[in-house]
Amino acid sequence: MIVKRKALNLWERLYLPAIIGGFQVTLRHFFKKKVTMQYPEEKWVVPADYRGAPYLVKDQDGNTKCVSCQLCEFVCPPKAIKITPPGDSGLRPDRPNAEKMPLEFEINMLRCIFCGFCQEVCPEEAIFLQQDYSLTGLTRQEMIYDKEKLLALGGTHAGIQKWKQKQVEANEQENFPVKN
Amino acid sequence: MIQAAIDWFKTPAGQLVLFTAVKVIAMFSVMMTMVAYVVLLERRICAWMQDRIGPNRVGPYGLLQPAADGLKAFLKEEMTPAHVRKVLFTLAPMIALIPAVLNLAVIPFGSTLGKQQMVLANLNVGILYTFGFVSLGVYSIVLAGYASNSKFPFLGGIRSSAQMISYEISMGMSVIPVFLFVGSLNLSDTIRAQTGTLNWLPWLPNWFVLQSPMTFLAFCIFLVASFAETNRTPFDLAEAEQELAGGYNIEYSSIKFALFFMGEYANIILVSAMMVTLFFGGWTLPWFGLDHPATDLLRGVLHIGIFLAKVFVFLVGFIWVRWMWPRFRYDQLMDLGWRRFIPVALANILATAVWLWWRTK
Repeated sequence: MIVKRKALNLWERLYLPAIIGGFQVTLRHFFKKKVTMQYPEEKWVVPADYRGAPYLVKDQDGNTKCVSCQLCEFVCPPKAIKITPPGDSGLRPDRPNAEKMPLEFEINMLRCIFCGFCQEVCPEEAIFLQQDYSLTGLTRQEMIYDKEKLLALGGTHAGIQKWKQKQVEANEQENFPVKN
Repeated sequence: MIQAAIDWFKTPAGQLVLFTAVKVIAMFSVMMTMVAYVVLLERRICAWMQDRIGPNRVGPYGLLQPAADGLKAFLKEEMTPAHVRKVLFTLAPMIALIPAVLNLAVIPFGSTLGKQQMVLANLNVGILYTFGFVSLGVYSIVLAGYASNSKFPFLGGIRSSAQMISYEISMGMSVIPVFLFVGSLNLSDTIRAQTGTLNWLPWLPNWFVLQSPMTFLAFCIFLVASFAETNRTPFDLAEAEQELAGGYNIEYSSIKFALFFMGEYANIILVSAMMVTLFFGGWTLPWFGLDHPATDLLRGVLHIGIFLAKVFVFLVGFIWVRWMWPRFRYDQLMDLGWRRFIPVALANILATAVWLWWRTK
């Protein structure tokens, strides 16, 4: 298609309509509300399903959920997770329904790509990508988060209680037929 | 020895030297402070027009930002590429600033303060002096473009030399009608010719921009030409970022780059001061007897304040235009300069001369 270029009339050739139009636009924006966020003071409200840094979570009783199965370590694309299992004579888990818990659990936040595979693969729902997006440290060593730090940052994830739900389901099966 | 020096400063010659030195230092420091703050003003205004906030971190409301900028410019590594022509490369940024500063000497920035006239050199050929130095300004960009010895600066330099030389003609010719009205090339006389109120509308000031259609046309041409002379948008072809990646100043770094920057803003301040002097009555206001030379200190200071306020309005105008309009195409720019403004300016001179002749006949 050929767009015909219309010849400008005298008023348009005076350049004045362009001047007035430009002035209107700039003046309107000059007094508009500014969109800049004053970053360190104001912070962005992170959406609930945001994929920030992965942290370990505790269950409703404050116990470690991780059972050291190492699936997340295996699936982690940049190999940021390093789990040390307890070994034969090692640490007993601090909760029922679990055979073991990790001796050490490290995530190298410099390597982590926030893909969320660890959260997806975890059978115990023990690791979640949370809201933190601004991770800083003065040394590389500082950016390797160990188990205590990850648990402290992760907090208690009382909302998702896999074993409690399993218990409810088991009870329902025992009391078959289910009413309703 | 010291006593002799003090005595000498009491003689008329000594007084002249002393007060001139004080005025030079005061003007230069005011000018440089203005340059620094115009940069801040530009950044804030452009931010506001783009729905941003702009620099507000250094000091209250970001008012110390110029200090941070200056410090940064000084501390940056200075690179001189191996392929440049060293002498000219060093000379160019100096030439960028000097003409603008020298031109300040003839601008009457106030009436009197005590017994001192608030103009450094009350030259009888003030406007010729100004145009003489303005035309030196083109050397900084041309030399920078040539000495950098690489293609984008070269293109910027070429464009700029053609542009500045063309617009200097229309700029020079545009002010002739004003001086035909004044009858003198002295800038203080020009201001004196703009005192009082208009003949045809007695509550408006008798400024040249309103005095007659000829001087209004002269102002319009001068305004556009001054945008071209200072290389500001819409005529900033010398440094067109999108096409030339910065143009003539690409190869410069550190304080040499900052000098070009300061030169650009000093030139804007200078042409603003020129327009205020030539077309907007300089330090005068037609009300409250503010159009006569001051007799007391308060009025003297007030006159300087009026002058600076008028200059400020023009500075905001220059900044506003930069963030409002796109750049002219090169051929449009040349077409506007040679085929529109020069004939119109010439016709304007003729019309003014005929009108003045007819009026006195």
